[in-house]
Amino acid sequence: MNGYMKRDDDFEKRRAHLTTLSDEALKERFWALAEALADPLLELARTHTSPAVERSVLLRMGFSSLEAQPLVDKAIEQGLIAHGVGHVVYYTAKSQNMDIRKAGLELLEGNYWKEAQAHFNVASEAKETGRGGKSPEFREGAYHANAK
Amino acid sequence: MQMPNNKIDVAEILKDLEQYHPRRRGWTWREKSKRQVYGPFEYTDMSTPLKNGIGIPASRYFGDIDPQPNNTITTEIASGRFEDDIRRMRMAAWHGADHIMVIRTAGQSHFDGLIEGTPQGTGGVPITRKQVRAHRKALDLIEDEVGRPINYHSYVSGIAGPDVAVMLAEEGVNGAHQDPQYNVLYRNINMVRSFVDAAESKSVMAWADMLQIDGAHNANATAREAWKVMPELMVQHGINAMFSQKVGMKKSNIALSTVPPTSAPAPALKLDLPYAVALRDLFSEYKMRAQMNTKYITSSSREATVTHVMNMLISRLTSADIQSTITPDEGRNVPWHMYNIEACDTAKQTLSGLDGLMDMIELKDSGYLREKARELKERAVLYLEEILETGGYFKAVEEGFFVDSAMYPERHGDGIGRKINGGVGAGTVYERAADYFAPVTAHYGYNNVEQYADGPMDSPATLIGGCTLEVPEKIIFIDELDPEDNVNTRMSATERYRGDTPYVKPEVQWLADGVVQLELFLPLEARKAQFAALEIAKNMRLKEAEVIHVEVMHPTEGTRVQLKGVLDFEIDMRNVVIPPEPEVMSDDEIRAEFEAYPVKIVAATIGEDEHSVGLREIIDIKHGGIEKYGCEVEYLGTSVPVEKLIDAAIELDAEVVMASTIISHDDVHYKNMKRLHNYAIEKGVRDRLIICAGGTQVTPEVARENGMDEGFGRYDRGVNVATFLVKKRREKRKNLN
Repeated sequence: MNGYMKRDDDFEKRRAHLTTLSDEALKERFWALAEALADPLLELARTHTSPAVERSVLLRMGFSSLEAQPLVDKAIEQGLIAHGVGHVVYYTAKSQNMDIRKAGLELLEGNYWKEAQAHFNVASEAKETGRGGKSPEFREGAYHANAK
Repeated sequence: MQMPNNKIDVAEILKDLEQYHPRRRGWTWREKSKRQVYGPFEYTDMSTPLKNGIGIPASRYFGDIDPQPNNTITTEIASGRFEDDIRRMRMAAWHGADHIMVIRTAGQSHFDGLIEGTPQGTGGVPITRKQVRAHRKALDLIEDEVGRPINYHSYVSGIAGPDVAVMLAEEGVNGAHQDPQYNVLYRNINMVRSFVDAAESKSVMAWADMLQIDGAHNANATAREAWKVMPELMVQHGINAMFSQKVGMKKSNIALSTVPPTSAPAPALKLDLPYAVALRDLFSEYKMRAQMNTKYITSSSREATVTHVMNMLISRLTSADIQSTITPDEGRNVPWHMYNIEACDTAKQTLSGLDGLMDMIELKDSGYLREKARELKERAVLYLEEILETGGYFKAVEEGFFVDSAMYPERHGDGIGRKINGGVGAGTVYERAADYFAPVTAHYGYNNVEQYADGPMDSPATLIGGCTLEVPEKIIFIDELDPEDNVNTRMSATERYRGDTPYVKPEVQWLADGVVQLELFLPLEARKAQFAALEIAKNMRLKEAEVIHVEVMHPTEGTRVQLKGVLDFEIDMRNVVIPPEPEVMSDDEIRAEFEAYPVKIVAATIGEDEHSVGLREIIDIKHGGIEKYGCEVEYLGTSVPVEKLIDAAIELDAEVVMASTIISHDDVHYKNMKRLHNYAIEKGVRDRLIICAGGTQVTPEVARENGMDEGFGRYDRGVNVATFLVKKRREKRKNLN
C-alpha cells in the first residue's frame, strides 16, 4: 500500500473561509497561491543545472547533439558541471586562444581538461560563498522548507 | 510555388535540407476581416478566406463557399513516417487546418538527448532536426498554396526538454507542448530534474515566440472518473501557467489544454459547461486550446464525431482560441488520412453552423451554472492551499495528491505518487557554482556574465560572437545515423508508387500500404458476426484482416461489423478505362439555342412521391435552374400519376418530359421510368418526346436501360439538364434532315 490519504468530501467545512470572498477576490487568491507554489520551483531552477540544460547550452554554442552529450558526460566526470559546461569550453577557448568549436573538439579528444580542472577548482575554492562543486544528490529539505 | 495540380515532391523537400533556414519564427493567429462575407451570408465568428481549399461536402449547395472559423484548427498526425505525413498535412491544410501537430513516437521522452536522422516511429515520429526541418520546409510550400500561415507544433517534454527546445527554436517551430507536471506524473521523470529543465525549455520557447500548450488534459484521460479531476485540472493549469509566465513567457503565448471532461450518455453539458466557465473565469488572460474528449471514445466513428460536435458547442458557448480536433477513428487505430480530414471538416461544419450563437443567447449569470462554477473554483483554491500546507509541490506529489480519482477535497488515496529522489534522471541536478556561466541567449537563471564582460550586453552570446539563435550558420546539421532505419530506405521501397506513376494501391496512412476498410451487416449475433466477417475477408483475399468495430443492431437479428485488411494487388492505371467527364455548355450557348429553337417542357414528381425540392432546383430560375435559359416549363406538382404527365405533354404540345423520382424503395423509381416509357409508346408519342428522369438515387445508365433518354443524379444541376437537351435536340434535328 502506498498509504496515500483517503478522505470524505469535507468541502462544505473547508470552504468556510472562502464563502465571503467575491469572485474577483477568489481569483486573486488562486493566483497568489499558484505564485507561492511556483516561486520555490523557480528558485530551484535559477540556481541549478542539469545535463539537459548544459547540452542545450552547447547546442546553442554550435555543437551537434553527438558532441554535446560526451562533453557534458566528461564535465560531470571531472566535477566541472556546476561551473557550466559551456563555461569550460569558453574558458578553454579563451585561455588556449582558439575558437569555440576548436576548443570543444579538443576537449572531446580529451585535451585541456587538466587545465580546466586546475582553473575551476582553484576558482571555486577561492569563493567565500561556498557554493559550487559536485552535488549530484538533490537535498530535498531545502526546498520543502521554502515551499510555504 | 507548389501548384495544386502537382503532387508534393517529398524527395525535392529532402534535397539540400542542410541549407534550409526557417523564414519566420513564432505563432500566428488567424486574421479577422471587418466584414466576413461568404457567398450570400455574412458571418460574425469567421476569419479571412483561404486562397485554395476544399469546403465541407454540403458547400456544393451554397456556391462552394468555405467559411473559415476564427479559431485556429489543429490536426494531429501520427503515422510514424514523417515523409507520408507531409502529404496528409497538405490535405489537412486544404480542409482548414492551420496548426499541425505531428505526434512524437512512444518512448522518446526517456531518450536523454536529441534523436537524429529519420528512424520510423510507433504512434508518431521520432522528433529530430531533419524531420522537423523537412516538415517546416514542406509547410512553407503548403501555406503559400492555401494562403494562410500554418503553425507547426512539436513536443518539449521528456528528459531532453532543453535540447529539444533549442532545436525547435532554431528550426522555426511555432508551438509546442511543455509541462513539467506531465513528465512527473505520466512519464516518471524525476521531478526536480523536470522543473530545472522546464525553466530552460520555457525560456528558449519564449525567445522563439512559440505558443505553449500544457499537459493538464492528461489528468482527464488518466483518471478513472474524468469529471472528478476538474479542481485538479485547474491546479495543474495554474502551476504551469504561473511557472511559465515567471520564466518569461508572455501570457498570450500560454495556452491551456482543456478538454470537456465527460461525454454522453452522461449529462455532459451539465458537468462540462460549468467547468469550462470556471476555467475561463480564472484564466481570462491566457489562451484556450480546446481539445476534444478522448477519454470516452469508442471504436464508433459516428459516436466520436457527435462527441466532438458537442465539445465544440462548449467552445462556442465559452471560447476556444485553438480548436483541436481528434480524428473519429482514434478509438480504433492511429489516425488515417481521411479521418484527419473528417475531423477538420467536423470542426468547420460545426463552428460555421454555430456562427453568431453568442449574439443571440447568453449564459445565465445566476443559478446552477454559476454556482457550480464557483464551487469548482473554490475546490481548486482549497487544493492549492493544502499543497502549500503540506510543504509545496514536491511534497504533494510524494504524497499522491495528483490524479486521485475523487473530486477534491475528497480523496480516494489512489493518486499517482513520485519520490523526490526517484524516477528517470534522478540525482542529475547540480547546484550552480558562483562562477557558473553559459555564453548563450535565452538561458534561464543564474549566469555570471560579469566575470567576462566589461559592461552590460544584450546577451551573454555576444561573448562568442552570437549563438545559433543569432547565427544559424553555427547549427550543425546531422543527416542520418542509421544506415537501415531511415527515410531513404523507406522511400526506395515504395518508389514504384511515388509521383508520376501508373501503379496505384489504396492507402490509409503510408504510401501503398494497401489497407482498406470494409463495412458489413450480418444477420448474426455479435460474436458469430465477427468471425463470419473475418471469413468473408479471407474469401475477398484481404490479408491481415482485423475487426475494428462491432455494433449490435439486435441481439439476434444482426450486427454491424467494420474491418480492415490489406489488399495485395496494385492497379495499372494504363488499363483503366475512364469515360470522359460530362460536357457542360456555356450559358450563352444554351440561351442562344433555346432562343432559336424554343422549347416547352412538362415536369412533375411522379408516383406517390411528395418531394419537390430537387425538381424545383432544376427548374427554378432563382436556383440556377433551366428557366434562366428561356425554357418554358409547366410544373405539375408532386405525386403526379405517370399517365397524367404524358397526357399533359400531349395536351400542351410539349417536347420534353421531366420526371422527378426520389423514393427508391423496391426500385419503384426505375419501375416508374419504365411505365413512363411504355405509356408514351402506347399513346404513340414516344418518338417525338424527350423523356428524362432525375432524383438522388438515379444512376444515368440504369435510367437509360429503363427507357429514359437520360437520367440525372444527385449532383446534376440545371446546366447539366440544359446541356443534354440542347445536344439531344440538335441530334434530333440532324436526323430529320
